[in-house]
Amino acid sequence: MTQKKAKKLGLKQRYALMTRGLDWETTYQPMDKVYPYDTYEGIIINDWDAWEDPFRLTMDAYWKFQSEKERKLYAVIDSFAQNNGHLGITDARYVNAIKLFLTGVSPLEYQASRGFTHVGRHFRGAGARVACQMQAIDELRHVQTQIHAMSHYNKFFDGMHSGPYMHDRVWYLSVPKSFFDDARTAGPFEFLTAISFSFEYVLTNLLFVPFMSGAAYNGDMATVTFGFSAQSDEARHMTLGLEIIKFMLEQDERNIPIVQRWIDKWFWRGTRLLALVGMMMDYMLPKRIMSWKEAWEIYFVEAGGALFEDLSRYGIKPPKFAELATREAEHISHQAWGIFYNYTHAAGFHTWIPTDEELDWLSEKYPNTFDRYYRPRFEYWREQEKAGKRFYNNTLPMLCQVCQIPMGFTEMDDPGTISFRSSTYKGETYHSCSDGCKEIFDHEPEKYVQAWLPVHQIYQGNCGGADIEDVLKWYHLNLGADNLDYNGSPEQKLWEEWQAARVRAAG
Amino acid sequence: MSRTVSITLQNNDDARPIIEAIEEDNPDATVNVYPAMVKIDCAGRLIVRQSTVEEKLGRDWDVQELHLSVISLAGNVDEEDEYLELSWG
Repeated sequence: MTQKKAKKLGLKQRYALMTRGLDWETTYQPMDKVYPYDTYEGIIINDWDAWEDPFRLTMDAYWKFQSEKERKLYAVIDSFAQNNGHLGITDARYVNAIKLFLTGVSPLEYQASRGFTHVGRHFRGAGARVACQMQAIDELRHVQTQIHAMSHYNKFFDGMHSGPYMHDRVWYLSVPKSFFDDARTAGPFEFLTAISFSFEYVLTNLLFVPFMSGAAYNGDMATVTFGFSAQSDEARHMTLGLEIIKFMLEQDERNIPIVQRWIDKWFWRGTRLLALVGMMMDYMLPKRIMSWKEAWEIYFVEAGGALFEDLSRYGIKPPKFAELATREAEHISHQAWGIFYNYTHAAGFHTWIPTDEELDWLSEKYPNTFDRYYRPRFEYWREQEKAGKRFYNNTLPMLCQVCQIPMGFTEMDDPGTISFRSSTYKGETYHSCSDGCKEIFDHEPEKYVQAWLPVHQIYQGNCGGADIEDVLKWYHLNLGADNLDYNGSPEQKLWEEWQAARVRAAG
Repeated sequence: MSRTVSITLQNNDDARPIIEAIEEDNPDATVNVYPAMVKIDCAGRLIVRQSTVEEKLGRDWDVQELHLSVISLAGNVDEEDEYLELSWG
């Protein structure tokens, strides 16, 4: 046989064939009516064909690699469940980080899928539409695999039974929810800057890389596997995010100030959101690999520094409040944990005072701040708890109109003073937690005055009733099981029984 | 300010030959090992070469198979049939 094997197409040819010439110029309707949203933000695109996915991924290769990823992931999820993997984690406290992930982060994957489906429809360039289509499918895969992986924990642990309701209703989950609502209600180019660039490129490393490595360190094979499987898609999304920014900047110099404003806005929105992740890393991983501050140094100061230096050739400056955010990395996780410790009776997970060993680790990792500002607070609360007076804050906090976080963060130069800003719009006063959030409000007040603020909604009687019990019922939370301190929780009791059984079995 | 490019791969059997190939082709790279993952940093640029990975693996290897092992990267991506390169401007 001398049959000659057909030569495979090269990457570039394949990409050109599979992403170009798939679209057409409309004839009986003007293009502007078919694509009504891709011009009103002021972004000028002269040549849509200049859009190129650096990975040159095409649909045929996409299905091949994604199905391989799924096969690997589901093999691990199945064996984790079959082998009772939950017994192998370091400590049941760890699962509380997973609850926060399932209710706070996984629904964002779904929001991202909806967002990319929408903007994919509304770009008139075929390359951009193909990229958005793949990402929309990726994001759907992420929410599904996360729910599948965590369903095993849901059989044994509390607080994971009603994720979608919780995401829509629970007070602290309005922080991630409003972040994506804000992005999805923006124009398509702002959505890409918010999600593809600021969130995926600049910030998600901090969520999916060190935290997932931490999950592995704590014996959680299911989470690390879905985390890294999702992150293998994120690596592609990140690359695309950077490409999108460069695409807009290269198309027309009038795009530069618009893009800069979005970078400033979405960097700040993102750092506020990541306060939750800081807390997960510093307080909720029983075995820790790096502190929030160390992760911030590696993934924002170092990696972000190189990135923004690269973008400086287009006239782009680092995000406006980047320096403030770096100073906050000394404080934010401790302050956030303090807020949740205060309000655990209204939360879907448990909190606790760190052990002595954990407090020492925090002192070592935060030599400038921890012993001075935060250790005394935790030690005081621990004494109160020992005296039978575990402190729960029974007043509702004021929320920032923009990020929706309770206004408990302090001035960074003065950690004894709450950071508090306000603006007046049409005769009403609106409060924000920082210069970053105030600036966002002041630029688009008409948008943010419509914010669904959980505390206001409770006071207006829209959340099931006036008592905490009524509100928890409306949240789909089980009083006495899902909430309150870890010490004394049904979950702690169950975990200790398992450990005792293990000791007995070992003889 | 540092201009480090970086690639993070899973620390598993599929990725190990890729990690070895990167180390061989980028002698200045720093390899950081964390639980479940390996982060490789290099000043300026870093290359993943198909031929070196194939040598380590002992079979054909499509550069796009990298998608199965990669966790994160930093730098501008240039992907061709024979290599993937990360660099800053």
